[in-house]
Amino acid sequence: MNKQFTTATTFHLNGAEVSAHPRPGQRLSALLREGLGTRDVKIGCDAGDCGACTVLIDGAPVCACLTPAHQAAGRKVETLSGMTASDPDALRLMQSFQDHGAAQCGICTPGMMVSAVALLRAEPAPDEAQVKDALAGVLCRCTGYRKIIDAVLGAPALADTFGGAVGTSPARLDGGPKVSGTELFGDDIAPAGCLEVLVIRSPFPRAGFTFGDLEGFAQTQGLDAVLTAADIPGRNVFGVIPQFVDQPVFAETETRFRGEAVAAIVASPEVIARFDPETFPVTWTELPAATDVATALGPDATQLHDGRAGNVMCGGFVTCGDPEAALARAHVTVEGRYQSGFVEHAYIEPEAGFAEIVNGRVEVHACTQAPVMDREALEIILGMDRSQIRIVPTATGGGFGAKLDISVQPYLALAALKTGQPVRICYSRTESMQSTTKRHPSDITLTIGASSDGKLCGFRFDGDFDTGAYASWGPTVANRVPVHASGPYAIADYRAQSRGIHTNNPPAGAFRGFGVPQSAIAQECLFDDLAEKLGMDALDFRILNALENGVPTVCGQVFEQGVGIKACLEALRPSWDEERAAAEEFNAANDTLKRGVGIASGWYGCGNTSLPNPSTIKAGIRTDGSVLLHQGAMDIGQGANTVIAQIFAEALGLPLATVSLIGPDTDVTPDAGKTSASRQTFVSGNAARLTGLALRATILERLNVSPEAELSLDGATLVATDAAGRHELPLDGLEADAEGYVLRAEETYDPPTVPLDANGQGVPYAQFGYAAHLAVVEVDTALGTVTPVKFVAAHDVGRAINPMLIEGQVHGGIAQGLGMALMEEYLPGRTENLHDYLIPTIGDIPPIETLIIEEPDAHGPYGAKGLGEHVLIPTTPALLNAIRHATGARITKVPATPSRVRAALLKGAE
Amino acid sequence: MAYLSPTELTDALAALRDGQAKVIAGGTDVFPAMARGKGPAAFLDVTRIAGLTSITSDDGGTRIGAAVSWSAIVAADLPPAFDALKEAAREVGSIQIQNAGTIAGNICNASPAADGVPALLALDARVEIASADRGVRVLPLADFLLGVRKTALEADELVTAVLVPPQPDGMGSAFAKLGSRRYLVISITMTAANILLDREGAIAEARIAVGACSAVARRLPDLERALIGQRPDAADVLAEHLGPLSPIDDVRGSAAYRLDVVQEQCRRAIQRAGR
Repeated sequence: MNKQFTTATTFHLNGAEVSAHPRPGQRLSALLREGLGTRDVKIGCDAGDCGACTVLIDGAPVCACLTPAHQAAGRKVETLSGMTASDPDALRLMQSFQDHGAAQCGICTPGMMVSAVALLRAEPAPDEAQVKDALAGVLCRCTGYRKIIDAVLGAPALADTFGGAVGTSPARLDGGPKVSGTELFGDDIAPAGCLEVLVIRSPFPRAGFTFGDLEGFAQTQGLDAVLTAADIPGRNVFGVIPQFVDQPVFAETETRFRGEAVAAIVASPEVIARFDPETFPVTWTELPAATDVATALGPDATQLHDGRAGNVMCGGFVTCGDPEAALARAHVTVEGRYQSGFVEHAYIEPEAGFAEIVNGRVEVHACTQAPVMDREALEIILGMDRSQIRIVPTATGGGFGAKLDISVQPYLALAALKTGQPVRICYSRTESMQSTTKRHPSDITLTIGASSDGKLCGFRFDGDFDTGAYASWGPTVANRVPVHASGPYAIADYRAQSRGIHTNNPPAGAFRGFGVPQSAIAQECLFDDLAEKLGMDALDFRILNALENGVPTVCGQVFEQGVGIKACLEALRPSWDEERAAAEEFNAANDTLKRGVGIASGWYGCGNTSLPNPSTIKAGIRTDGSVLLHQGAMDIGQGANTVIAQIFAEALGLPLATVSLIGPDTDVTPDAGKTSASRQTFVSGNAARLTGLALRATILERLNVSPEAELSLDGATLVATDAAGRHELPLDGLEADAEGYVLRAEETYDPPTVPLDANGQGVPYAQFGYAAHLAVVEVDTALGTVTPVKFVAAHDVGRAINPMLIEGQVHGGIAQGLGMALMEEYLPGRTENLHDYLIPTIGDIPPIETLIIEEPDAHGPYGAKGLGEHVLIPTTPALLNAIRHATGARITKVPATPSRVRAALLKGAE
Repeated sequence: MAYLSPTELTDALAALRDGQAKVIAGGTDVFPAMARGKGPAAFLDVTRIAGLTSITSDDGGTRIGAAVSWSAIVAADLPPAFDALKEAAREVGSIQIQNAGTIAGNICNASPAADGVPALLALDARVEIASADRGVRVLPLADFLLGVRKTALEADELVTAVLVPPQPDGMGSAFAKLGSRRYLVISITMTAANILLDREGAIAEARIAVGACSAVARRLPDLERALIGQRPDAADVLAEHLGPLSPIDDVRGSAAYRLDVVQEQCRRAIQRAGR
């Protein structure tokens, strides 16, 4: 044998010698995951950009996705699952990550921990700079990195060891598998060797197409199936809003955006591995496309959808008072035009899943934010009764809105039905970025007036949003923006209108904030202009105009309690004074580097806008004393599994540790609605509270004890202790129902709202949450680079159910807001990967001080409000205001890249 | 498909002579550039070839084996004239990339934004190339790099080393990189400066190279000449010095922006290199 031709590859994997026969050119990541079963090695990009696949080779961290499998020969390969058995650094990190909430969704956690182990072996007591250098190769989209840094540094724990009550911080209940690498995400379910699905996509923004001989192609290529629109047994359409369902699973004659699916192949992994999509028999005819709003609105533009004249999908409108008269009489007015581009969710887990036919039913295991909506979509596409479809969500490696829409689900279901075999799919990073939804690009014109006493006097807002080729959640954005564009301020004379415009761009949909982060940029930046014109302090100006209890919103909604924006702004006062003074001192001593401080507010209505929005939570107790909570609110990293359980345990009156979770699964867990609109803590939390109370009432009634009785579990005996003494309920003597429960409860909560009238007046949300951020930046005026150096974030959460998880949300939201402000812009065809599309790294997020404000909400469980979207709404305008304070440069288009900031500086200097 | 992993250079060169093998080392450029279904007929892994993974120095200069990783360059004991190269090495992707990616891979990939190239140009580096039929030839790096993704390497040739001539005693060196985020970023502009001062602290020799502002990184000879006799902390860098640069507008920044900020970047690199 010629020794230079390597055949068998033998190496040490996690302490054991293994032997494998990789394909020439196979990536080590693929071999480890599929050939050797170490699925703790995660794949996020296959390009060395995200680091999720980090493993150690002879002790040195490398990206397994860039390592030829053959290179492992004779070497020592370590992955997280091998370390967690006995490596002392890994064991310490597992605990520390839990103690800080350093794993949210958990998809980057193996890469982070493996990188950290390599660091700690070389440097047992690293400083922050060393931690950043060592972990910089791993991207995280959830945490904002600060908790990860704390965890590696070994900072004092935030989690309460004996926590569990509402208001304490138990470690994440589902955190164990995340920090040990055993969590199963969308691509971790399928057995190795299972058939794979690969989608064929349009290379053009708009194109006609025809297929060649698909059957012949399938035969010559050894495919198990080819899927096209012709294979859809039901209707070839999906969407999330009933009146706007418009997107085909497979385009039929013409594609409307680059990356749109026209067909899919199903084949063995070996065939898929060598398959060249360019050989697929399809002939494309590129057609003129409208890839921006101006073109789509132009007289010559092709209409994307029937019934949406002029490519206007829909609009939103809110008005009160007489804005024109108010602007006319205002002492000062300011106006501006603000623009933003597509923003990509860039969760580290691309869409992935597995499906199989079980007893004639279709079972889909995939990452998602909305399992019941996934089932509803499949009912229509498959033409099957819902009883024949089961959705079992996998762990979801980040969502942020884009996993509310279906992606892989129909391809999986159709492939499983056509082949009768188990099938899997995992999007490449590029197809994930091309084909799934984005944040809407915005083009906003806003005029605001104020009277001489500093009070707001007139507000006129017009916003166009590029909703892309299909509706997705565009109508929600169009509706939400006019309701929120005022910011959390009292404005008596107001007019805001928005439009969603179709283009041949990727569908824009839900992304943390549903258009409100975009409108907040215009409103909060112009507030600084107004304050300046009035000669007022920017914080004083905001406090003067802040909404209060008893004062109507622009929708005419009056809250009698719980309006916490003033408290948030007041909480920033000490930092505002201190940081402004420090900046002044800094700037006096520096010519090129300039420091600035900016603030901005935000608010966000929790739950659907004036629409039914119920959540149902079920729980039961078994004969052995186990308490099971059917928790259907998808935990995509934000912490619903922990928070909902805390609320339930509090209401029930048993320790959190007695509660076990049963996750979302359409066969066994009721619908807790979608993880969206900052609704899970509020809506599902209320359902959990009601369920806990109902279960408690049943127990108290059985034992005939007073409502104040303390409950406990003594093995299989429920014990209630009240003034009259100890009362026991032996559970093993009770008759169990079909699900094995001897005691059970199931309750639903739907927040009270009132539809908006033609002027947008009504009760859009039962509750709002409030926020104010302060950002400190340093601008290198010669280069145009902006370095955030500190954030202070005040959030009114009503009641902090779990303060540690709240900090995690705040940090992660700020990181995404910072990305939107400074670096993120998705350009179809140009930034379809994670090295051209930049998201913040561990080196970009400065220290963040979180100030938790608790103004209890009348409707929230224990007063709690939603938080998930509030956390990034003020971030971008706070940064832009800080840049302006530092340099005088007004940035009106995000991202504020160095190129744009420098241009604004030069323009300002003219 | 085959995966060849020879330990002897002659075997590697024979493989290149006899077939269409794609050379692979760290894989950090090969894999991301490989389109689905378009893999090569064979891979030639050069990381186990004797002599390709070591750095050696003698009177004739420093020889950096083709498959030396960026981490190995960071760890190597090299004189201060190599500081720009070391600083650039720390900016090549992440530690994961630096542990795998190699110096020859960086130059053979011939990206306009290759992090290692400006520092190597400022070191007057040359490229050692071997083939089975024609033996060894050596080209200045500036002649090796022909354009975007284009080099002077023939199909049967392999880069075996990067050769750096002896550097003047006391020569300082610095690298500056501008990007839109702190880590893992493709440069908007980058500059390497090697500066030798005379006894009075004035610049006696200057080598300035700029990357990501032209199809291949370029030295700035007009600037280098103009710097002679100047103080590094007050060096004049003017638009007229940027003749060889021809930046483009792309997602990272406009051409005008690049020409604007690269002057400041040069000043800062010269200042640090002249300390």
